[in-house]
Amino acid sequence: MLRRASGAVLQIERLSVSFATPRGEIRALRDVSFDIAAGEVFGVAGESGSGKSTLAYAIMRDLAPNARVVGGSIRFAGEDLLRLAPDALRSIRGRRIAMVYQDPKSALNPSMRAGQQIAEVLEIHALASRAGAAARALELLALVNIPDPPAVARAYPHQLSGGMQQRLVIAMALAGDPGLLIMDEPTTGLDVSTQARILELVAGLRHDVGAAILYISHDLAVIAQVSDRVGILYAGELVEVAPARQLFRRPAHPYARGLLDALPDIDLTRAFRPIRGRLPDLSRLPDGCVFAPRCDFVEDACTRGQPAMATVGPAHVARCLRWDTVIATPPTPRAGPGAPPLPEIAAPVARVESLTKHYEEPGVLARWLGLARPPVHAIDDVTFDVRGGEVLALVGESGCGKTTLGRLLLRLLPPTSGALSIRRRQSGTEIKDDAEFRRVVRIVFQNPDSSLNPTKRVAAILERPLAIQGVPRPARLARVRELLEAVRLDVGYLQRLPRELSGGEKQRVAIARAFATGPELVVLDEPLSALDVSSQASMVDLLTELRNRLDATYVFISHDLSLVRHLADRIGVMYLGRLVELGTVDEIFRPPYHPYTRALLSSIPVPDPAAPASTVRLEGAVPSARRPPSGCRFHTRCASKIGRICEEVEPLLQRVDGTHWLACHIPVEDLRRERPIRPAPRST
Amino acid sequence: MTALARANPPLTIGILILGCVLTFAVLAPLVAPYGVAEQNILDRLQRPGAKHLLGTDQYGRDLLTRTLFGGRTALLLGLGAVALGLLLGVPIGLASGYAGGRTDEVIMRVVDAFLSFPALLLALMIVTALGASTMHALLAIGLANAPGIARIVRSQTLAVKHEEFVLAARAQGDAHPYIMFGEILPNLLPPIVIEATIRVGFAILASASLSFLGLGVQPPTADWGLMIREARQHIFLSPWPLLCPGLALALTIVGFNLFGDGVRDRLAGRA
Repeated sequence: MLRRASGAVLQIERLSVSFATPRGEIRALRDVSFDIAAGEVFGVAGESGSGKSTLAYAIMRDLAPNARVVGGSIRFAGEDLLRLAPDALRSIRGRRIAMVYQDPKSALNPSMRAGQQIAEVLEIHALASRAGAAARALELLALVNIPDPPAVARAYPHQLSGGMQQRLVIAMALAGDPGLLIMDEPTTGLDVSTQARILELVAGLRHDVGAAILYISHDLAVIAQVSDRVGILYAGELVEVAPARQLFRRPAHPYARGLLDALPDIDLTRAFRPIRGRLPDLSRLPDGCVFAPRCDFVEDACTRGQPAMATVGPAHVARCLRWDTVIATPPTPRAGPGAPPLPEIAAPVARVESLTKHYEEPGVLARWLGLARPPVHAIDDVTFDVRGGEVLALVGESGCGKTTLGRLLLRLLPPTSGALSIRRRQSGTEIKDDAEFRRVVRIVFQNPDSSLNPTKRVAAILERPLAIQGVPRPARLARVRELLEAVRLDVGYLQRLPRELSGGEKQRVAIARAFATGPELVVLDEPLSALDVSSQASMVDLLTELRNRLDATYVFISHDLSLVRHLADRIGVMYLGRLVELGTVDEIFRPPYHPYTRALLSSIPVPDPAAPASTVRLEGAVPSARRPPSGCRFHTRCASKIGRICEEVEPLLQRVDGTHWLACHIPVEDLRRERPIRPAPRST
Repeated sequence: MTALARANPPLTIGILILGCVLTFAVLAPLVAPYGVAEQNILDRLQRPGAKHLLGTDQYGRDLLTRTLFGGRTALLLGLGAVALGLLLGVPIGLASGYAGGRTDEVIMRVVDAFLSFPALLLALMIVTALGASTMHALLAIGLANAPGIARIVRSQTLAVKHEEFVLAARAQGDAHPYIMFGEILPNLLPPIVIEATIRVGFAILASASLSFLGLGVQPPTADWGLMIREARQHIFLSPWPLLCPGLALALTIVGFNLFGDGVRDRLAGRA
């Protein structure tokens, strides 16, 4: 797979970049060296703050004004980019070197049709005439697997789904037939199913286009899927470079090993535990190895001088003194079973019956005038119980209604029809009183950047729910300290504003706020998806600990099945406002599968380059919830559709086994005979 | 100060001008060489000289003294009117944006109706109805400012109210008034401060205009608009009674506008 013979397209030699700040010089990149050959994908992984984006911007020569390249060289096709005149640079940038950013929405011009945006790139670089550019744009759209290019070329960005937008950005990047393509977290904002298809596209491009690709991501599982070789970046240093298979099988640097252990591995083979500590202050670097303060393998020698790059094997180097010990130590096994055992069939704390939520229900006047548009079917006829003490996960792609369901549970939205009752766990009485409801039922939102008021200090944020419940002030202050301790933040954080916290710390504050009133039912709406891998693992630990201590019940909303497998007792799979499958974690991960569950399971990236590529792909985007497909809502994307019955008759949720429910027309016996997508976990 | 001057020249110049205006206005009774209503009929319409640094008006009153005292009136009216505008406009805009739906429609249509009148015309109508006096001018300009402020606050509220922290507040049982004033309002302060500083300049201009028309401040109180009104008749005998308040007025308004622009540049990053 490695076509080293064709020579390196990009050669980076001892690159160092510093930022001048009022606090002093921040040495964001130090002595980074690697090269990428034509047709090769080089993955760069690391936590946020490790310097991944600085690396990308340094290559694009697009660093912030306070940044300076302190040393080293960046050679592209033999030319030193750092010495290039602005004119020469402009002809290279965007054409010979192209970049794909994380957020396709901000990379696209919202007022320009898709085809035009690509044609513009071609015209700016004088690569095609006006007529030629339009034709070439269609070719490029086809190259990135966009169905019906002429139609998409006429669409404006907002008319395209997130996955389509990202394909469009990739097509624009490919317009100049680049020698080097830099992709900075291109799938981070996307659904698993969309992500799987973008990753396939990237893998295909390597062969079709022959460009060198620098693929940057914090997610090692994604890196494993696309890369030929991988570099691990830590605190501005490249600590390990290895062929992908080597790195995932035998990581030689303790940090690489730690990153792998921190992944929520869907097959439950690795530890899923956080790396302790946090990134060092880049303006005051420790003597010796930068990773030493967080390393499990640290010894005295590690703190004396920076370790040299050691050769571990062919094309495999690691900046570690003890790499041989690291490699020889077997992978950290999982501590205990994946999920705590399901509590004995407990009385339900929440009962959801035929719950339906339609948005934008047309008014009387609109209906009378015949102007009514159909409403958005966010949730349609959903029935399930949440049992006391369990973790019930709700999974599905974005737009499936899981967030709406969470908000309905919190009574933040009125249901269109159906019933929803929440009961006290001990007494079994239904909660009617609003103040009691707000105390007992709590929510943690997805994005801590927006769920914490930026103008309030941590102390005020945590005090507020207690004040609402009428707790006197001295007791509130004591309780706030307790809460902070429970989420493992020290009292120094009390007077901080949200912007002075890291993403993980903000989410800890949000969790503390949810637990302030001693809740019984907590809805967690994608609480980990905005966080780094390494903080995800510690957050799962924290949530599990809080749950055990308080005996709380969780409804965990997520699109990440690997994470859910670690945390949940039962899983409900949702598609377009309907519950299509409900069962214990084992039942969901084992046949019989709902065809949609099967597709979701096979879309999950696995941190193992040798893992087979996904077999079942989800084609197209989730259809519009304003006009959901007739019959089974999934029939338009289902790989195992059996006939007209799927298009005409709505399948009902039926009991398969004791606790396993499925809504599909395919006979259960047929579904049962399918091959499991994931091997059975070792621990169960 | 030098660092600020380099980073944000408009703010620096604005602060310097407003600092002078404010200092002289506050200290007017101490620094003014004559009494504010002190007439010296023998020294009518003097040019600037040793006795009267900026000359005298048609009653022989010292122009420097009158201009200094006029600054007090101008600042009082400008700041007072904007404060009144905020007092009315902020709650209206906040409530309208937060409530949304039909309530928002109704409130905003009323606000639009007020906005469709030129502000000065609106103020004129109010003063005509109530009678000419300093307080009525303040009231009129304050009322005329309220709809514009309400609109700005409403649009900012719309942007903030969909943030998850508003939902989080509702989820923990916060009451609507607390969410509006305790959660949303603090996030609107930067745009409100920017809007208010720019409006003060215009409010001073509007109050001077009302006085010029004889509908605002009444003689013998020192006011720039009023001074210009009285000086108009003698403009060919001596330009000084007109130039002094005119320049003071221009300088003050430029000061507020520069200050407002500077504040906007400074807060924009954080807003």
